[in-house]
Amino acid sequence: MTPLAAYLILSAFLFAIGLAGALTRRNAIIVLMGIELMLNAANLNFIAFWRFSDHPEALTGIMFVIFSIGVAAAEAAVGLALIIAIYRHYKTTNVDEVNSLKG
Amino acid sequence: MDWPFLIIAGFTIAAAAAAMTLRNLIHCALAVALAFVGLAAAYLQLNAQFVGFAQILVYVGAVAILIVFAALLTRGGEPSQVGIFSKTWLAGLGVALAVLGVLAWAIARSLVTQDQAPPTAEATVKQIGNALMTEYVLPLEVVGLLLTAALIGAVIIAMRDETPNPVVEDGRSKPKSSAKPTSVGGHE
Amino acid sequence: MTGLDQVFVTLKHWLLGQLANILPNGLLPVVSVLLSIAAIIMVFASLFAIMTIMERKGLGRIQNRYGPNRVGPFGFLQPAADGIKALIKEDLVPRAADQVVHLLAPVMLVVPALLVYAVLPVGRNMVAIDFDAGLLFFFAVGAASELAVFMAGWSSRNKYALLGAMRAVAQMVSYEIPLILSTVSVVMLTGTLSPVKIVEAQAGHAGWLPDWFVFTPWGFAGFVLFMIAANAEANRSPFDLPEGESELVAGYFTEYSGFKFALFFLAEYLSLFAVSGLGITLFLGGWQAPFAALDFVPSWAWFFVKLLGLIVLFIWTRGTLPRLRVDQLMNFAWKFMLPLALINLLTAAVWHYMPPGMPRWLVGGALVVGPYLMLGRGLMAGKHISKRTYRYAE
Repeated sequence: MTPLAAYLILSAFLFAIGLAGALTRRNAIIVLMGIELMLNAANLNFIAFWRFSDHPEALTGIMFVIFSIGVAAAEAAVGLALIIAIYRHYKTTNVDEVNSLKG
Repeated sequence: MDWPFLIIAGFTIAAAAAAMTLRNLIHCALAVALAFVGLAAAYLQLNAQFVGFAQILVYVGAVAILIVFAALLTRGGEPSQVGIFSKTWLAGLGVALAVLGVLAWAIARSLVTQDQAPPTAEATVKQIGNALMTEYVLPLEVVGLLLTAALIGAVIIAMRDETPNPVVEDGRSKPKSSAKPTSVGGHE
Repeated sequence: MTGLDQVFVTLKHWLLGQLANILPNGLLPVVSVLLSIAAIIMVFASLFAIMTIMERKGLGRIQNRYGPNRVGPFGFLQPAADGIKALIKEDLVPRAADQVVHLLAPVMLVVPALLVYAVLPVGRNMVAIDFDAGLLFFFAVGAASELAVFMAGWSSRNKYALLGAMRAVAQMVSYEIPLILSTVSVVMLTGTLSPVKIVEAQAGHAGWLPDWFVFTPWGFAGFVLFMIAANAEANRSPFDLPEGESELVAGYFTEYSGFKFALFFLAEYLSLFAVSGLGITLFLGGWQAPFAALDFVPSWAWFFVKLLGLIVLFIWTRGTLPRLRVDQLMNFAWKFMLPLALINLLTAAVWHYMPPGMPRWLVGGALVVGPYLMLGRGLMAGKHISKRTYRYAE
């Protein structure tokens, strides 16, 4: 296996773990953590492709990751604020119980 | 494949798996911080120094702290009494495994991964700074705006709906329900 | 002269040369790294011992008492006694504590505190790793200690520990912003994130003053902001609310005893030295001598003289200022230091683009003093001492 493929596999595993956590856990905070893990897996892909590309001096992968980290920070702040607001309202962070839109 | 990569990969995957399976929410948050550190190590291994340090600064220094604070504010510190997995956990796991399968298949079949690595790929701080200030200056401004909006938005969402507390005679605001006074005091 | 200046560098090279005959080639980089680490740990751990006795005796003098004076001549062997005591004390862990996290927290606190020394140039050619993004490394690793503080407080299952940890984390997050912003002006003017290059940028003399950044209006303001924020980051008085003994016993390390407690102390002092070292690197010319005539003194000696000076300053501050209240602490960070640090960026830019001479000094000085006076007056204007109102948790 080439190094690039190895990093892509690592990233695929992280993505799958994050997805599994986001889909299976009850706690909204852990769901958010799963989403963060998926974002990070994507970032790892960008860096790996940048490192093994033919034109690393273009810095595209690096730039994408820097902006992605910035956006992820904003996402975490808003997401956790939403979770706290939901907790105030429903007194729970269990995503199975927050289903008042269900008929 | 070399041993630094194997160590980093094993560490990161173990931490991520622990973050998604542990019972205690705070343990999960600490494990996910470890996974972020592992990813930063992977970035360093890939010569992306600046991004690796930024990853630690943002994820370990800020996002992990946010997560543990949110966990404590939602009383997540105690281990949950009910099951930690949702009712549809089997379907979720199936989807995740399917995604992993598809990704692995795609990577194994891809021709891109057959390329050999160029000997050096460096991103010095100067290069990054120049790129940020020339080619990527518009995205940079947009991210700045986004962060400001997120900051204000997060504060407003998380802010309590302020109903003015009836002030009783001794100058103290009336405690709500069975509340304890916190140390957050001050004259207003 | 250069011999004494480079004595440690040549010593290391000589040792490596000797070891090259015995060891296989692959091990040499590892040994080189280990030598640097050993030097850093030895020097700064002994500085920790020196500072504890200096601090206890200095605080004693400030408070009109003797301080420790029993062990050794004038009590100067007290740190050794303290160390032995910490080592042989029983290690108590609360039954309800989260055993693993409780054990890991002090280690997690010491490791980043030691890691940051990797990028501090303590002398000419004396830096463990010359990272291109060294300053970012310093702050990234330093930020990791916040999580360790939280781990310590949460795992103890003690309300004082948890409250202390929450206070400490809130305080460290808040003061990290002025801390980093005050360094940004230096990065802006030197155009580099590498501490080694920042020190090199401060070489030379303008008249009788050395070209240190502290001798410019923006540099002086930045240095003061940096030192205040560093004081708060280190949780030292007057910002020692997280461990204020009259309120929280000992804050987040209430439930630690024996050697783990000593580790907390070690980490606290190590990060204090590190952040002082960074202040020296950024504003006080690093290892440069203040006057060309004093260049014969080795560069590392200058670094440690400056470090000791800052340590004395820290002890003096601790001995003289009363502790702040939580709201005062937060107001100070967000309403006073943050705007000043932002204005300081503007001052640095103006300073950079104005030609050297008197007008530059006047404009720069006005940009520093004006906002300081206006903000200080403005924030104090609406203040009248009144009865405290309490906010209650839900």
